[in-house]
Amino acid sequence: MSNRRTFLKTLGLSSASFVLGVSSFAKGNAVVNMSTDPMSLALEINPFIVIQPSGQITLINPRPDMGQGSTQAVPSLLAEELEVSLDQVTIAQSDGKGKYGDQTSGGSSSVRALWTPIRQAGAAAKEMLIKAAAQRWSVPESECYAEKAKVIHRLSGKSLTYGEVADDASKLEIPKNPKLKDPKDFKIIGKYAPRLDVPARVTGKAVYGIDVEVPGMVYAVMLHSPMIHGKVVSIDDSEALKIKGVQKVLKCERPMPHRTSEAVAIIADNYWAALSAKKVVKVQWDNGTLGQTLTTAAYFKKCAEAATKEGLKAEEEGDFAATFGAAAKKLEAVYETPFLAHAPMEPENAIAHIKDDGTAEVWAPIQGPDWALRDLAGYLKIKPEQIKINVALLGGAFGRKAYHDFLLEACFLSKDVKKPVKLVWTREDDITQGPYRPGMMARMQGAVDAKGNIVAYHHHPIGESIQFQVFKAPSNKPDDWVCGELSQKEQKYNIPAFKISYTHVPTEIPIVWWRSVYASNFGFSQEGFFDELAHAANKDPLKARLELMSDARFKKVLETLAEKSNWGEKLPAGQGKGIAIFKSFGSISACCVTVAKQGTGVKIEKVVSVIDCGHYVNPDNVKAQTEGNIVMGITAAVKKGITFTNGQSDPTNFHQYQVMRMNEMPKVEIHIVESGAEPGGVGEPGLPPIAPALANAVFAATGKRIRRLPFDLNTLASV
Amino acid sequence: MAAISLDINGKKYDLDIDPKMPLLWAIRDVVGLKGTKFGCGMAQCGACTVHMNGHPTRSCVLPVQSVVGSKITTIEGIGTEENLHPVQKAWIDEQVPQCGYCQSGQIMAAVALLKDKPAPTDADITSAMQGHICRCGTYDRIRKAIHTAAKSKSPKGEMSGGK
Repeated sequence: MSNRRTFLKTLGLSSASFVLGVSSFAKGNAVVNMSTDPMSLALEINPFIVIQPSGQITLINPRPDMGQGSTQAVPSLLAEELEVSLDQVTIAQSDGKGKYGDQTSGGSSSVRALWTPIRQAGAAAKEMLIKAAAQRWSVPESECYAEKAKVIHRLSGKSLTYGEVADDASKLEIPKNPKLKDPKDFKIIGKYAPRLDVPARVTGKAVYGIDVEVPGMVYAVMLHSPMIHGKVVSIDDSEALKIKGVQKVLKCERPMPHRTSEAVAIIADNYWAALSAKKVVKVQWDNGTLGQTLTTAAYFKKCAEAATKEGLKAEEEGDFAATFGAAAKKLEAVYETPFLAHAPMEPENAIAHIKDDGTAEVWAPIQGPDWALRDLAGYLKIKPEQIKINVALLGGAFGRKAYHDFLLEACFLSKDVKKPVKLVWTREDDITQGPYRPGMMARMQGAVDAKGNIVAYHHHPIGESIQFQVFKAPSNKPDDWVCGELSQKEQKYNIPAFKISYTHVPTEIPIVWWRSVYASNFGFSQEGFFDELAHAANKDPLKARLELMSDARFKKVLETLAEKSNWGEKLPAGQGKGIAIFKSFGSISACCVTVAKQGTGVKIEKVVSVIDCGHYVNPDNVKAQTEGNIVMGITAAVKKGITFTNGQSDPTNFHQYQVMRMNEMPKVEIHIVESGAEPGGVGEPGLPPIAPALANAVFAATGKRIRRLPFDLNTLASV
Repeated sequence: MAAISLDINGKKYDLDIDPKMPLLWAIRDVVGLKGTKFGCGMAQCGACTVHMNGHPTRSCVLPVQSVVGSKITTIEGIGTEENLHPVQKAWIDEQVPQCGYCQSGQIMAAVALLKDKPAPTDADITSAMQGHICRCGTYDRIRKAIHTAAKSKSPKGEMSGGK
């Protein structure tokens, strides 16, 4: 209880900047009077709930909202056990401090990681409030219950609001094993509820990072090296400084995890002046040999060479070489997926204020304030206690905004100009500078025996690694992020000879996780190649999967997909269906894509997706995320990816880096399998099956096998 | 710099700014209305869409000097949480937004569409909306919400974009 005040202080609920930056969803102002007593539990449990004597309840959401719905999902877990409804509370975002635990939205982890601990925090608080009320009334706790932010005495009907007992409750011991509700008693979890943040998002009132302003700030734009790692030889800012409002042009840096690149920035009174100056600043870059080395063609050439050789063995069940060698039918293929930009609609941006006293404050749309705190402390060489992080809403992220180069750039600039600096990347910065989803290759081998059984399977992923490039892990063993996900234990194909190999191929093109990470690359190779094996075995692709799978949840997902997609139906001439199934982030997702021949290509008619994500919070949000995964999955399959020629990204903005639009939208249907299992992820698992199901549908309709993405829907050729 | 007079959401603003400054930055950084978003800076994504005399227009490439004398409407001029426009209400009913960043632009386009065609067909919707990117992938819900708005009989009566 001793650090109650510290708690409020670090939360920053009383600071004006916090209100400006983050409280757009607060019902009323999220201003906490420092003299009031919040209820305080152990640091691990209770920083998430603040109750004031006035009755105002604030729930802290430790997972930033980039559109995936964590503003509703995580507080719902708390509210369910605390017995409050979300329209009775104010929701605030955590600031990265250790007491909130992991605070990074990523890996589709928010609900599945917080499912137990956050509910325990809510349940513990509820038990303390009940106890405090029971003591006030001198009645046994067993005669009391909680409902809608009140404790009620069952026999007399009298009640006390949480605010009325919060102070007493805060002095009680924290229950070690609070009783969690039986899921059948859930009132919020698992039920449809409109997201309360939506009205702000349709009226222009939601405050995203790019909308935050702080007093005295200046604007900055970056002039990044076109070849990303070029060195600044000279800067001619003579024309730029003639533009009214331009304050300064300076050499600076872009700190990336694997290396720091040189850059130039323009500081101005307003963003337009800085942008105008960017067009006339002349920078001479020393690009060394980047023009030859920083190309995607050179990278994929190395990957293709690796595909002719054995990789490092990550896993082997049975004897692959012997089974493959003796099999009646052998298949070999190479699959390829491109580099991709995340291209969130809100470009990367941040405000940093490095103050004279050595402390720092930042405002930014970032996925993980805890990681940002660590990165900022490391970069600025100050203590975490000297840093205040204000997380703003994220206008999309998809993994990009958990990579803090833009945030550290703003820090460098603020340190130089000694003012708060608001840095906003242009779309060109976003698309040409990375980091990207890595382009990947996969060598596939498989075999069918004389009886038509699929008996051997070898998946050999090849390419750059996030662990090795971003986290500098030693690359002398297989990347377990990749190989762990593809293992037989995860994907449940009971093929007698099952092998996973791995080859790391480095590149200096910056990479990072992108929605569903490697599952978006290797779900394509696994499921595309499995379709090839099924056809080689003269089997129906869905039945071939069911034959090899004994896991009840996988089978249920496939059976549901078969039913909902009318898998067995006779299709009109020129149409074809393809399916795929992939487990990622704790959830199993499958889909069926229907295409129809159109000219020299195909049109996507319909996508039916099925997901078993175990317990979930809001079925509508599961559907929304899966719809989004369908759109992003199709975009990744059929729109041009990122290619580097002569050291530079070929696409520079949305006219060249195209994404799917409404005119290309197929019919979609989403079905949730109610397994009641432990929660799995929702934000990503719907994506990996999309591209392979589409490619398999193209094969079914046209006989053309797609092994390299992206491909052009109009010609079926690789692009 | 020059004195530029703008009419935004029925209010007059006299600004001393570069006449070539795109309307987007005047609206966001000078006037301070943040609902209109920056997405690409080259009229490719639609996030910056406002109404100019009732017609959807990309503000990121439109110099302020060219809108003097025109009536500009932004998302803030369409409706508020307390007094929602039927299109905004439909967006809530269908739970359209995910991150929501593109939705101001999408709504501006939808309001203009419904003013022009109160009962749009799917083809009308596609044609009016395909200039707008939603990276979260809410297209299916946007289509549903436009149909919902078209059917709604709100107290406000007809759709009145660019009011």
